[in-house]
Amino acid sequence: MPNATLISLIPLLPLLGFLLLGLWGRSLFRKTAGIIGTVFMLTSTVLALYTAYEYFFVYGKVNGAYQKFIPLQYNWLEFTKGVSIDMGILLDPISVIMLVVVTFISLMVHIYSLGYMKGEERFATYYSSLGLFTFSMLGLVLSSNIFQIYIFWELVGVSSFLLIGYYYNKPSAVAACKKAFIVTRFADLGFLIGILVLSYSSGTLDFNTLIERLTSPESSQFKTAVASSFLGISAITWGAALVFIGGAGKSAMFPLHIWLPDAMEGPTPVSALIHAATMVVAGVYLVARLFPVFSIAAPEVLEMIGWVGAISAIIAAVIACTQTDIKRVLAYSTMSQIGFMMFALGVSGYGGENGLGYTASMFHLFTHAMFKALLFLGAGAVIHYVHSNEMKDMGGLRKKMPVTHITFLIACLAIAGVPPFAGFFSKEEILLAAWHNNPVIYWIALFTSGLTAFYMFRLYFNIFWSREAKHEPNHHHGEGGWSMMLPLVILSVGAIAGGFIPFGNFVSSDGKPLASHFHLEFSVAPVALGLIGILTALWFYRKENNRPAKLATAMGGLYKSAYNKFYIDEIYLFITKKVLFNLVGRPAAWFDKNVVDGMVNLTGNATVSFSGFIKKFQSGKVQQYAIIFLSGAIGLALLFIYIIK
Amino acid sequence: MNLLLLILAPLLTAIAVLFCRSKKEVLWTSLTGTAVQLIFALTLYFLYQNERASGNTAQMLFEQNTPIFPALNINWHLGVDGISIAMILLTSFVVIAGVLVSWNIKKMTKEFYFLLILLSLGAYGFFISLDLMVLFFFLEIAVIPKYLLIGIWGSGKKEYAANKLALMLMGGSALVLVGMLGLYFTSSGTHSFDITELSRQYIPTDRQYIIFPLLFAGFGVFTALFPLHTWVPDGHSSAPTAGSMFLAGISMKLGGYGCLRVAIYLLPEGAKEYANIIIILSAIAILYGAFATMMQKDLKYINAYSSVSHVGFSLLGLGMLTHTAMTGAVMQMVSHGLMTALFFAIIGMIYDRTHTRMVNELGGLMKPMPFITTVLFIVGLCSLGLPGLSGFVAEMTVFMGSWQHEGMFYRVATIAAAMSIVVTAVYILRAIGQVAMGPVKKNEFLQLKDAGWNERLAAIILVLGILAIGIAPGWLNDLIKPDTEVIFKKIAGMK
Repeated sequence: MPNATLISLIPLLPLLGFLLLGLWGRSLFRKTAGIIGTVFMLTSTVLALYTAYEYFFVYGKVNGAYQKFIPLQYNWLEFTKGVSIDMGILLDPISVIMLVVVTFISLMVHIYSLGYMKGEERFATYYSSLGLFTFSMLGLVLSSNIFQIYIFWELVGVSSFLLIGYYYNKPSAVAACKKAFIVTRFADLGFLIGILVLSYSSGTLDFNTLIERLTSPESSQFKTAVASSFLGISAITWGAALVFIGGAGKSAMFPLHIWLPDAMEGPTPVSALIHAATMVVAGVYLVARLFPVFSIAAPEVLEMIGWVGAISAIIAAVIACTQTDIKRVLAYSTMSQIGFMMFALGVSGYGGENGLGYTASMFHLFTHAMFKALLFLGAGAVIHYVHSNEMKDMGGLRKKMPVTHITFLIACLAIAGVPPFAGFFSKEEILLAAWHNNPVIYWIALFTSGLTAFYMFRLYFNIFWSREAKHEPNHHHGEGGWSMMLPLVILSVGAIAGGFIPFGNFVSSDGKPLASHFHLEFSVAPVALGLIGILTALWFYRKENNRPAKLATAMGGLYKSAYNKFYIDEIYLFITKKVLFNLVGRPAAWFDKNVVDGMVNLTGNATVSFSGFIKKFQSGKVQQYAIIFLSGAIGLALLFIYIIK
Repeated sequence: MNLLLLILAPLLTAIAVLFCRSKKEVLWTSLTGTAVQLIFALTLYFLYQNERASGNTAQMLFEQNTPIFPALNINWHLGVDGISIAMILLTSFVVIAGVLVSWNIKKMTKEFYFLLILLSLGAYGFFISLDLMVLFFFLEIAVIPKYLLIGIWGSGKKEYAANKLALMLMGGSALVLVGMLGLYFTSSGTHSFDITELSRQYIPTDRQYIIFPLLFAGFGVFTALFPLHTWVPDGHSSAPTAGSMFLAGISMKLGGYGCLRVAIYLLPEGAKEYANIIIILSAIAILYGAFATMMQKDLKYINAYSSVSHVGFSLLGLGMLTHTAMTGAVMQMVSHGLMTALFFAIIGMIYDRTHTRMVNELGGLMKPMPFITTVLFIVGLCSLGLPGLSGFVAEMTVFMGSWQHEGMFYRVATIAAAMSIVVTAVYILRAIGQVAMGPVKKNEFLQLKDAGWNERLAAIILVLGILAIGIAPGWLNDLIKPDTEVIFKKIAGMK
């Protein structure tokens, strides 16, 4: 049976680190902050691995299927009987896998940052924010209650905000952190209303009960929820779609992706942790968590998820081919890969062989975390070395940074889907699932994986080959110390070997093991396309030449609009700055100042002028009093004589 | 516990302040006095919990009832339930913080502190009275000193603001008074001002329809019911820091408490009749206040307009008339009280140092003032409803409660209100991003000192309050819920 104390320590240790470093980091732990944070994280990771071992190999499987356990749950806030926010721990295959991914990547980033962030003035603040993020993310994956996940969802949002804005005196960083928070907040509004709808339909906030009630056609809640419709769409569909909007925002799905590239303003290790491996996949995790509801009760929404994922995957891949900031290339690549995970869920069914997409999505989430974190950390080492994010300042670094070069190459091969690296296996499964369920999505995905290989190797050749390395005479550091190299090496082991894990044995839509099939004939097309992509990149970028420029001219409009990210940012800016500010905000402020306030002032002025009128009667002149008295007496006399009688 | 202590503590402190001979004595007397209030409030909470735990199910605890004006049947009737205790706790937190942040006030210290403590006396008295006339008496005590506070120690267009505020609040009081007299003369048998007595009586429905709007609008002026809110921006921005804290933190809650305890509780039929109007007005206030905030450039105006928006949540909760929504409304009163007082305190600290409150003249304050800006972050995040801080708990309770009200009208109102969480994020992050982050605007900002001990203590007290609700909201929920249930049952016609 799961040990509740041990498991609750996993998120609580990073929280302790956050509190310790947040309160006393500046005074007591200025130097040791990194070590303290890392030790907490290491303990947490060990506990997570132990929990995963226990779950998968000792107690998790009962009657041939992995079960859900809730070892801990306490009532946090009760709204009405049965509807309450309970803080709890839910153990099932996906939460345990995420537990491992989050703690492991976070540990790698903690170690890496010891070198990368050394000498920063706000070193302790950095580690305390990392602790806050890790705590929130672990709380998110362990949530047993839909409101609990929303709570931690917001908390990861704010820790992401704090870390993107880490270089707070840089205006671009401030703008980026605000943008990230506000865009995801907008999506969270959908999530919140979705929670209201679903909880009202099901009469509970507890995940397990909610799923049970909304997926069994016999339950009374299911019947009412299907019957109650708005605009001809049932309550469950509305709820599921709204919840997905929240997920799409956090996972940077089109058209809510605009915050992710800007989020690269944060320190690079943070991008690796939050904006590549963990937080941005929270949307995928949310859909997976509520998968039975989507699959059984709201199949229309699931189909929409598939399309959103596919469109995001291809758009991001096209944009990635044109960007020159290496972190932005990686950001768009992240968006594209999350698109893969998203549409894998979208094309999946529930239970048995139909659930291949579900397994594939989680598998890809796992492998992607490894190789994308590796790519970001490698990029961080490069940026650390050349002090620039732009490709034009790089080139020829393969001899200067051998460890980074090899590990980066491994990660590129993994993401390009070259066998036997990790990405190959998970991507194959996704493509297979798409092939069986939605051929159009399959073709989009196939094309996108070719593009992926191309833009990744464009990046690789531009950094490590292409030009001759610039010689800086007074270079004070080399590749970075052991603390930066160690995570690269460990992660590259994951990127090489991660694919050999028989993932279907552990994670499947219904908990029963799913044998993974390997179809050689099926892999030919994607691998061939991937190789073509790599070779094309080789031809264009291995040596500096004018072919890329020619290609860009030949592509003309497409290149220009992709380079400008299809002008989506500009559209948003227009809507917010021009429309909302000028057509809503300004009139509201004006209305308040002039109309509402004007009424009050009018009342005041009217009273004053009325009393000014009245005070004339109190002039102190006896003659005037006599006249008024006389006319009053006459008036009353007339009134009584002629009118009232 | 004798509830008289809650009135005597501020009264004796106020008198003692008058006899002080130096500024130092005034400060320490006030601080001691308000600390005693805080201790009394906390003791009251624990004693109350004890009583409840030992099975005392009387609606009001620690009651005392003596006739003071038998000819009109006015009684000195005091008593508390969970809702009043929540408000008393809020008052004690805000007042001590207000005393601490005013430590360096320059002119007429004695008079300033005398008035400030008099205000708290009015608030405590208001929250524990169960007789309408006594309640009204304390309500007025909580209004008049504000006129002087703004008029003497204020800044900017202070005369205009003081007049506007006093006149509007007096107008509200007049409506309340008329409503109360209406209730009195409607009551059967010996006419009565007694809340518990009136709650047991049957008040004819057509009378309720007339009296309810008077009382609700009257108290509504205090709690910035749209469109009676315009005293808020000018009043807050002209008042001295502690004055703004008290105005937004406590005065606006007097209105909310009155709306619930007097208008809705005594006139449930009237409440049902006008509920939809309340919902519409509060939904407008929430969104309109938020959008108006977006255009403000002065930090105090930002917080003032955002108060209009946030208080809208508690009015929305009241208008929804479901048990959960009303509980959320009370939580929002407490939460907003703490949060907005803290916000004004921080604005005051920034203004004292930089001599400007204009957002675009500030920048990069995180470097010279880490403590102040950290608290600014906390209060900003509380305002935009971050989980773990009090605002989230209260808003979510209101949303959950509102959604229980079936019908498209209520759903639309809830969604409209929920939309404000995005707008709030926009204006809060704009303000914080500009003030705390970014490059340091002026070089002399680098020489500025971070918070002193008194300011730190004030901020910590309020932050602790915010965290106590945000991290473990159960205690507040359990405190309020049984008593909103009494009100809810009366509305639903259950006994």
